[in-house]
Parts: sequence; C-alpha cells; structure tokens
Amino acid sequence: MLEIKNLNVHYGAIHALKGISLTVQDGELVSLIGANGAGKTTSLHTISGLLTATSGEVLLDGQNLQKVPPHTIIQMGLAHVPEGRHVFASMTVEENLRMGAYIIRDQKKVSASLERVYHHFPRLKERRRQLAGTLSGGEQQMLATGRALMTDPKIVLMDEPSMGLSPILVKEIFSIIQTLHKSGITILLVEQNAKMALAVSDRAYVLETGTIAMEGPASALAADDRVRKAYLGA
Amino acid sequence: MKKSETRTRYLVNFIAVVLLFVLSVVMSNAGGDTLKLKVVPSIWQCCYLIIMAASLNLVLGFLGQLSLGHCGFMAVGAYTAALLSLAFQRAGFYDEKSGPAFLLVLLLSTLAAGVLAALMGLLVGIPALRLKGDYLAIITLGFGMIIVNVINNLPFCGQQGLGQGSASSALYATGLGFSNDEKVQYLWVAVLVVLLCMTAMLLFVRSKYGRAIRAIRDNEIAASTSGINVSYYKVLTFTISAFFAGVTGALYSCCNAALATTSFAFTNGSILNSVFIVVMVVVGGMGSMTGSVIAAVTLFLLNYTIKNGAWVSTLPAFLQNVFTYPMLVYSIVLIIVILFRPRGIMGSREFALCDVPKWPGMIKAWFSSRSGEKEVVGHE
Repeated sequence: MLEIKNLNVHYGAIHALKGISLTVQDGELVSLIGANGAGKTTSLHTISGLLTATSGEVLLDGQNLQKVPPHTIIQMGLAHVPEGRHVFASMTVEENLRMGAYIIRDQKKVSASLERVYHHFPRLKERRRQLAGTLSGGEQQMLATGRALMTDPKIVLMDEPSMGLSPILVKEIFSIIQTLHKSGITILLVEQNAKMALAVSDRAYVLETGTIAMEGPASALAADDRVRKAYLGA
Repeated sequence: MKKSETRTRYLVNFIAVVLLFVLSVVMSNAGGDTLKLKVVPSIWQCCYLIIMAASLNLVLGFLGQLSLGHCGFMAVGAYTAALLSLAFQRAGFYDEKSGPAFLLVLLLSTLAAGVLAALMGLLVGIPALRLKGDYLAIITLGFGMIIVNVINNLPFCGQQGLGQGSASSALYATGLGFSNDEKVQYLWVAVLVVLLCMTAMLLFVRSKYGRAIRAIRDNEIAASTSGINVSYYKVLTFTISAFFAGVTGALYSCCNAALATTSFAFTNGSILNSVFIVVMVVVGGMGSMTGSVIAAVTLFLLNYTIKNGAWVSTLPAFLQNVFTYPMLVYSIVLIIVILFRPRGIMGSREFALCDVPKWPGMIKAWFSSRSGEKEVVGHE
C-alpha cells in the first residue's frame, strides 16, 4: 500500500533522512522506532507532504506523492495524526471531528464517520460539546486520532501517540490502536515507546540518525539483543 | 439553537438594522449646525474605522496572522475611488453630486477601490503568507510604507497627492470629496456600506471558509492534515480583508476634501494608522466582529473628546499636558484593557441584541470568577 524508496530529506545543510526505504502492506500495523532526532517525525511529515524530500519516492497504491500538496494527499486516503496532540483548541470536540471531514461534501457520509469515530471513542461522544482545549492530554490524543479517521482513510500515520501521557493512558491508547488495526485499518506508527510499539505491531523498522538500522517482524526485533539494549532497557 | 430562537434573533436584528437606517435617513433630512459640523462627519469617520477594524480582524483575529500594513490597502482604495470619480466627471458623466449618474459613479468607484485593493492584497499575500509571525508583520509593514511612496511618485496622483497643486480644488469640487452638506445628504450611503460590509464579513466567518481559517489559526499542522489547503485560505482571507480595506478607502475619499498620502503613512500620528487599527482589533477582541465595531467607535470617541472636548481644558494643568499627547492616553487605555480583559472587550464572543437580558448574570459571574482568582492568590 505505502512504499518509500531511497528517501532523502534535508533541513538546510542538515541531512535528516539518508536514503530510507520502507513498505507497509495492506492491513499491516508497522512501527518506526528510534531515539530522539533519528528522523521519525521527519519521515511522516515527508510522507504526508508537510515536508519536501530532496530525492526519493513515496508511493501510495503506486501513485507518487512527491510534489502533491498535503490537502490533496489527505483526499487520496492517507491520514496523519500529528505529534503532540494538535487539536483546534477553540472549537468543540464535535466541530474538531467535523473539521477532519472538511474535504467530504456528502453530509450523510460525515454523519456516518462521526458515528464510527464515536463508536471507537465513547469518551469523545460524552464530551462532544466541550471545547477541545479543555480536554485532558489523553482525550486530546483520542480527538486527534478520531479526527484523522473522519475521512475513512486507507492508511493512518500516527506520530508518537503515547507522548506525554500517563502509563494508564498509554495502555488505553495502544489498546485503541490495536482495535483500529483489527478493524482493518492500515497503520504506520512512530513511537519512542519501543516496548509498547513492538508489542502491538506486525513489523517494525529501527531508525538511527536518518538511516534504517534494522527491520523485521516485531517479535523478532523485540527479541534482538541490540534492540533490547538500546530501546527496551534490558 | 432552536429554530424559533433563531427566527427571533433574525427578526430583532432586522428591526434594529431598519431602525438604524431610518435614523440615518431622518438625520440626513433634519438640519442643525451641530449635526452638520460635528455629528455627521464623526459618523462618517466611525463608518470607515469600523470596516477597517473588522476587516483587519479577519486576518488578525480569525486567521491569526499579524498584518501591519492595513492602511496601505486603504490608500490604494482611496486613490482608486478618487481618481476614477474624477475621470468620470471630466468625461462629462455627471455634473453635480446628485442623481442616478452620480450614484452609479459612487457605486462603481467603491467597487473598483475594493477590487484594486484586493488585487494588491493578492500580490502581497502570495509571497508574504508563506512566511509566518514576525516575518509577515515585517513584509506588511514594508508594504504599508512602500505603497505611500509609490502613490507619491505616480504622476497622475501628484507629487504631494491629490490634496495640493492642480488636482486639489478639482477633487473637492467635482470628485467624490463631499462637503459637509453632502455628507449629511449621503449619510445613508456610509451606513449602507457599513451594513453590507459587516454582513458580508459575518457571513464569511460563519461559513465553511470561516471554520477553515479558524482551524488554521488554532493549529496550522492539524488544519493541513485535515485536508485544508492552508496557503489558499490564507491568501483568500488576506485578499478579502484587503478588499474591504479598499472599500473603506472609497468611504475615506468621500469623507475628505483632499487626499494626501501622509494620511495613510506609518508616521501618521492620528487615529488612522495601521498600528492603531491593530489596537482596535485587540481592544475589541480578536475573533469578534462586533467587538471590532465597539472598539472602533469607542476609540474614535476617545480620540474625538481628547482632541475637541471642552472638558479637557477644565482639567488640572498636569493632565491637560498629558492630554495634548493622545497616544499616551491610548496606551493607558490599552494597558487597562489588557489587565482586565486580556482577550479584548468581547473576547471571541459576538454581541447580540437578544443576549442583552442575559448580561447581568454574565457580569456577576465574571466578577465572582475574578474575586475567586484573588482568593487563590491570597492562599499561596
């Protein structure tokens, strides 16, 4: 479904991504783990068009996403949940979700999506008239995720959904990710919490200073000594 | 909101608008020197300040971008309207400022002023809105300064503007420039323009477009990942805002006997200054159109009373000296507003006539929340 070939990204003189390649198959949950500054967020931003690559290809179902603006990429069925709980603080929960479906003109479809999101996140339904800025961190993360699901995407990119959340909420978020995955949504997950990420993923890539250091089935990586020492604290 | 309530609101607003309009027509027909020399010219000034503040609010309050060159667009509009009306007059399209021919010219000049200003907005906006925060402010600041010099050096605008030299008397006598009598006669035009512009802007911010630009203000990345074309909406809003600033320029050229670029320059110490318009938006509340109206009128009245009020001379000498520098007074007002209403008089709420009965409760709640805050501080 998603294929990245030899992607290079520069921030000015800094070579942030040094030719990474990865694939995500239909229905897979793939995670991209790595330390701070390894280039995880940069990868996602490049895929969804927020950043432009210097060279390389991003293919979604065979279509090249290079030079396609972000709002068009969303229409092609790729959703991005940005890092750090980006919600529209001055709007209510429901307005936030409706903003997620901004590109959909058919109001029936929007209502159907809204029901589906409320089904996944009953907490959001309880708080649908509340201002998004007054939600707790975990609820804001749910809202950002729910908003991305409003377009009924083929693939969802999730950037550090566990960041800044309490251990209980991290578990809750990950169980939601698993549920979404089981309902058939393809997910590319970026995480610093390697332990949790490897526990839920099918496959994983380890990113180190802009290059893919390792890749393989999540269970194999979780058992690998180098990964255990560097990322799992064992 | 219930349907019946919505209907009541529409009805109340409609009646209020009609009353306002009737009042302006009645005033136009009533005589009186105070009215002619003081009240009506003041209303004209309020009219253009209201549209200026409200249109800047689109960019500053709803889109969340700081633009410091709003008066530049107004200058473009003012000169377009003045020159166009002069051209029509010289072509013999109308002789005196009455009749359908003149009204047509008035309409055309106003529209042309808006359109040309919008074009300028588009030209400035496309490169400028790729920048963020301070950089956009610097670019728009530069635009406001450059446009004044450009107009100064255009041969058909005259070195000193239309106010002096050959064009001066011509503009006053034959172009849009209204005398005090004509200001009274055409007061309804100013009121109508304000009503139309405010309605258009309110509809815009409440539309799908309005929601998109508020989303951009709240969070640009989230807006972009929700499928909103961020740069398109930014340029669109900037252009619309410039359009209304241009319309304001047309009102300005109606309201003044002469045009000079110094009125729009950044060094202009009076109330018509890009920074002062920013102050109006901040005082009124970023994201509240009615707040902009209230702030524009309030600050105009403040300015007017400081400069013309007889009560100033009854003050002690020390205060009189302060009042000779109106900017000092404005800054004190600004500090008071920021201290007590950091989000402006209206915040992001809108004024609605139907909400007036709810006010006592809201004010009570506001005071009790403030005293609550103080208690917390005391405990610490």
